[in-house]
Amino acid sequence: MAEHIVLRHRDIPDIDQLEVYLKHGGFETFTDVVKNKSPQEIIDVVKASGLRGRGGAGFPTGLKWSFLGKAKPRYVAVNADESEPGTFKDREIMERNPFQFLEGVAICCYAAEANHAYIYMRGEFWDNATRIEEHIQQLYDRGFLGKGLFGSDVDLDFHVHLGAGAYICGEESALLESLEGKLGMPRLRPPFPTVNGLFSAPTVINNVETLTNVPLIVAQGSDWYRSFGTEKSPGTKVFCLSGNIARPGNYELPLGTPFRELIFEHGGGIPDGKQLKAILPAGASAPILMATDEVLDTKMDYESVPNVGSQLGSASVIIIDDSVDISWVEYKISNFFKHESCGKCTPCREGTYWMLQILERIHEGTATPDDIDLLDSVAQGVQGKCLCALGEFASGAVVAGVERFRSDFDLKVASR
Amino acid sequence: MLADKYRERIDGILAKYPEGHRRAAIMPLLYMAQHEYGHLSRQAVNEVAGILDLDPTEVGKLIRFYTLFHDEPGGRSRVQICTDLPCALRGAEHFAEALCENVGVRLGETTEDGALTIEAVMCLAGCDRAPMFQVQDSEGIHYHENQTVESAMEIIEGLRGQTADG
Repeated sequence: MAEHIVLRHRDIPDIDQLEVYLKHGGFETFTDVVKNKSPQEIIDVVKASGLRGRGGAGFPTGLKWSFLGKAKPRYVAVNADESEPGTFKDREIMERNPFQFLEGVAICCYAAEANHAYIYMRGEFWDNATRIEEHIQQLYDRGFLGKGLFGSDVDLDFHVHLGAGAYICGEESALLESLEGKLGMPRLRPPFPTVNGLFSAPTVINNVETLTNVPLIVAQGSDWYRSFGTEKSPGTKVFCLSGNIARPGNYELPLGTPFRELIFEHGGGIPDGKQLKAILPAGASAPILMATDEVLDTKMDYESVPNVGSQLGSASVIIIDDSVDISWVEYKISNFFKHESCGKCTPCREGTYWMLQILERIHEGTATPDDIDLLDSVAQGVQGKCLCALGEFASGAVVAGVERFRSDFDLKVASR
Repeated sequence: MLADKYRERIDGILAKYPEGHRRAAIMPLLYMAQHEYGHLSRQAVNEVAGILDLDPTEVGKLIRFYTLFHDEPGGRSRVQICTDLPCALRGAEHFAEALCENVGVRLGETTEDGALTIEAVMCLAGCDRAPMFQVQDSEGIHYHENQTVESAMEIIEGLRGQTADG
């Protein structure tokens, strides 16, 4: 792609400086929105753009905003808890293009009629959070935040809230619990956060990348945005490429770009003369794919990836070469989920523990052939029985790994 | 006492959250207490609970849920190496082993001089720049990316020197 929508710092040097951002039209959209537009008009344009949540679920953003309850006050909570293994896009956005992100938050607040936004950043982003707080102060100093914006009756305050190391807080209802000072455990829904969210008030929760799209969508219109991507998955997506790949990094490409193009054109292919074996399209949280021609020619969008048996999710594409044993990959993934299960739902808390025990045996070469079926049955026993998606992710990873790469498991058991 | 020493900062933190929801300030106050005392002792938890008028159990139960809070003293710097899948595919497990061997501790252990704890942690969103680690100390958390064993040892020696001087 010649130009970027989200990673605009790659086209415009120093856009992380407020003066540079303003020189390139920064905060003109927000100013115009507050002075001349109604919240409903903003919701309508975001709806028409087809923008979908970039945190992983792909839920239509404008539709989410339109579900907001009528009660006041309302809040915006920004999910900057980026913790999915293989995901490092929100971090680049906040570090390098922070003002476009913050303008997106401001426009979202106006559309939601919220006076306060809480930016929930993972605690590890400590240095970045310090800079974001400085940027926010600059916005107050320039009159883009504070009381009675641009002579209107709109008040707006931004607050940074640091998490402290818990993957589950990227799940939106767990994020709210954590923000309220509780254990970060998912809530039973309904009610959904748009009706009863932060501090029991109607709350919009959006991911960093999602909101960073918003200023340009509002400025240039939904037709412009729809000129990128596919009909059902419009726009661009930041694909995080990691693992056994020559050029790891973030690539902003139109949704619908095939895996093959990302891996071989942009990522430079598999290094050290090795062959591509498997792809994790959404970090640890979507089933592992065999790198067949059918998969490589699959478009990376919200509709196409499920057709080959996985999910686009947060588009954190982890590449695995043919020197890697998939039973070890599943061991690493299970180790992650066992560590990150919040413990609220028994099937997830116990299931992740037992899956890890069995995978550890397989990894260490002390498993029996029956252990593979036992592993599969524990995983099947977790599915569909938990409050949030973590249990699904943990068990889905194992089920797909055993089904698609059974010979790797058999080999570990046979070689003992 | 935190409440006396940091009155203004505490008020600033409390002002971020609406009336009736002071509990939301637990995590920022735990960070403040950890900064002050090095780890979250029972005394630190009691102080935070006192500021928020909460039962200490309500505060204390958060500590083991969140990995960046520590209820036991460790090294003055915690070297936290990501060995999660994407980093492991780029050699992070061997990297972690080599660092431990050079420092003379196992993962999770603290050096005898109390300067360092070396730990393996889950994904830090630095996968494209593996091997990488973060250093958590009472001042905050800093990332070190695109590391080799040699470059990491230089940083580690620097951390040891710092604490020896200090």
